[in-house]
Amino acid sequence: MRFLRIKAIAKKELIQIWRDPLSLTIALLMPVIQLFIYGYAITFDVNNVTTIVYDQDRSSLSRELVAQFRESGYFTVVAQVDKYKDIDAYLDSNRARVAITIPYDFSKKVRTGSQAQVGVIIDGSDSNTATIAEGYIAAISLRYPQRITARTVLPVMDPRTRVWFNPELKSRNFIIPGLIAVIMSVVVALLTSLTVAREWERGSMEQLISTPVKASELIMGKLAPYFAIGFTDMVLAVLLGVTLFGVPLRGDIVLLVVLSSIFLFGTVSFGVLISIVAKGSQSVASQIAILSTMLPAFLLSGFLFAISNMPKPLQVITYIFPARYFVTILKGVFLKGSTLTLLWKEGVMLAMAGAIVFFLAIRKLHKRID
Amino acid sequence: MNMRERITQLIVKEFIQTLRDRRRWMLLFGAPIIQLFLFGYVVTTDVNNISTALYDLDRSQESRELARRLEASGYFNVRYTPQFPGEIRDLIDRGEVLCAIQINRNFAKDLKKRIPTEIQVIVDGTDSNTAMVALSHVTKIITKYAGEYAVNTVSTVFSPPDFRTRVWYNPDLKSRNFNVPGVIASIIMITCIMLTSMAIVREREVGTMEQLMVTPIRPVELMLGKTIPFAIIGLLDMFVVTLAGVLWFGITIKGSPLLLLMGTSVYLLSILGIGLFISTILKTQQQSLLATMFFNMPAMLLSGFMFPIENMPAIFQYITYLNPLRYFLVIIRGIFLKGNGFEILWPQMAALFILGTVIITISSFRFRKRLG
Repeated sequence: MRFLRIKAIAKKELIQIWRDPLSLTIALLMPVIQLFIYGYAITFDVNNVTTIVYDQDRSSLSRELVAQFRESGYFTVVAQVDKYKDIDAYLDSNRARVAITIPYDFSKKVRTGSQAQVGVIIDGSDSNTATIAEGYIAAISLRYPQRITARTVLPVMDPRTRVWFNPELKSRNFIIPGLIAVIMSVVVALLTSLTVAREWERGSMEQLISTPVKASELIMGKLAPYFAIGFTDMVLAVLLGVTLFGVPLRGDIVLLVVLSSIFLFGTVSFGVLISIVAKGSQSVASQIAILSTMLPAFLLSGFLFAISNMPKPLQVITYIFPARYFVTILKGVFLKGSTLTLLWKEGVMLAMAGAIVFFLAIRKLHKRID
Repeated sequence: MNMRERITQLIVKEFIQTLRDRRRWMLLFGAPIIQLFLFGYVVTTDVNNISTALYDLDRSQESRELARRLEASGYFNVRYTPQFPGEIRDLIDRGEVLCAIQINRNFAKDLKKRIPTEIQVIVDGTDSNTAMVALSHVTKIITKYAGEYAVNTVSTVFSPPDFRTRVWYNPDLKSRNFNVPGVIASIIMITCIMLTSMAIVREREVGTMEQLMVTPIRPVELMLGKTIPFAIIGLLDMFVVTLAGVLWFGITIKGSPLLLLMGTSVYLLSILGIGLFISTILKTQQQSLLATMFFNMPAMLLSGFMFPIENMPAIFQYITYLNPLRYFLVIIRGIFLKGNGFEILWPQMAALFILGTVIITISSFRFRKRLG
């Protein structure tokens, strides 16, 4: 392997990237936009659940109950209705997700100390929001007696909950570390696979092969610029995540950089492998890249959806994809401050995956040349 | 040749070109089906079998009853019963358990004397959503137990009101019923935008666009001939994916399939318009693919597919009004889950129609300019 030849290929590749500023802009802008959306716009948190109240009792006690819902911060009372039919209309048309019916005898029952019943209807379409809302309603029920008696009446059984590692339960903290893996997979694998496929499609690959360059040198040279782009994406994402969105980085930065580089090397090599397998059709290469790197990084890595919730066969499949290990590493380093003693297994898996893919790419390229 | 014939010719050519390549079949129908299975199984927010540690210091009948209720709920799987407080810390650190519950000494005694007693619940918040759902389940179970305990013993203070909860539309609270329709809507968007934009750009990249331009075809005809095949393929894809979703995942369609077809048609109008628009600003397939991804990612996130719109900040809520997926999600979920009719869904349909017409008009102006 000659460094000079690798450098020449890398330089040529860089010039080609530079000539297509649009693709480069998208490659660098994608992480920023995604970070902004994940950081600011979306959250699994459940607030402002639209609620309607059918208060048949119309007493001060029932009004207190409604006020407690409103003040909890989780429910927004959008309307008071006075017919059961209205509840149907509101829920059918998505104008409300929760309907509370307070019966005629509510205050009487509360005063006499017997258990008053309150009807709650929840729109279960969005099962996640519905489940969490149910928990909030249970908590309101526990605290209601204290509210109306002004005395400190603690509930009989008081669940004291504490949350570790992410005390405010910000989904931002959970999502942004894993997002780095997704961004790197999407941008890097896609870009790499397309450019090499384009070289085949346009026939310039044959010219390259006729030069004294060896397969390993060709691949190394092709890898380098995309590795640089991917690395820039990562630095950008980490910097923005920590400074702008306040995601805690509790672990060691050096560890993060080293492990990310290993992952990146594997992803770039995989992009080259795809482009060789796709036999020079850009649309086929892109389709393979999406199915084999982007979707797994997004769905099978535990980035958003817990692996333990998946069906068993799918759980087994996740072990094939490097993104899985990388997401574990990222979440560990960011949120738990994990060190190499906890993460070495994932690191070894990433290194192995990278090495296998790299050698496969060299072998496949040899075969194609022959 | 008149206009209709010319367009028909073009459509036939486009179909031959698209279906000639065997690998393209994979792209048209294989990929959407794979995506349906992946998303269908993975996109679940159901939380079951939460690995739990139970530190029972009381060892009374009451504390065992609480433990039994936690396990019987199906949400918690008590895998560890630590003996020392330090063990809880260790189990959570290593990720062995997600939730630890500590029942204090004198739990039963306090209950009998009606002295309020505390139950410690510790949750690993790394995955904020699972943590929230776990907390919600713990609270519900404890509240229910407390309520029943209060009824069975003589009550002196106010007992907490009993909330009788009923769940409509999706009584088992299965997230799949909510997510599969969303997945179908997203897949159609991803596939159709990519197909349309790449087909037109490829013609330009390979150079055959110029050959088409020297034929007597007019720009409008060219545009129609290029989009109609993908509208047909889009409808076909919708049919295949919906069928697979219904048969495999056992989702029922409560509403009218005809209304769904109507909704899909107006949805495809705007989707194809976007694909056409992307193709008018770009030169190479690589660019059009990146641009498609660049559009699809935010479009999926800012639609209500996985993250409720009402939790977003106001600016982002306004942005979602420009997103066709937002409207179609309401339509497809309304028809699948609630059996909504036209009288409820017409605003969404109208919005999609207006959005589609505007995008198509803008794109066709750009398309003509690029040709001229």
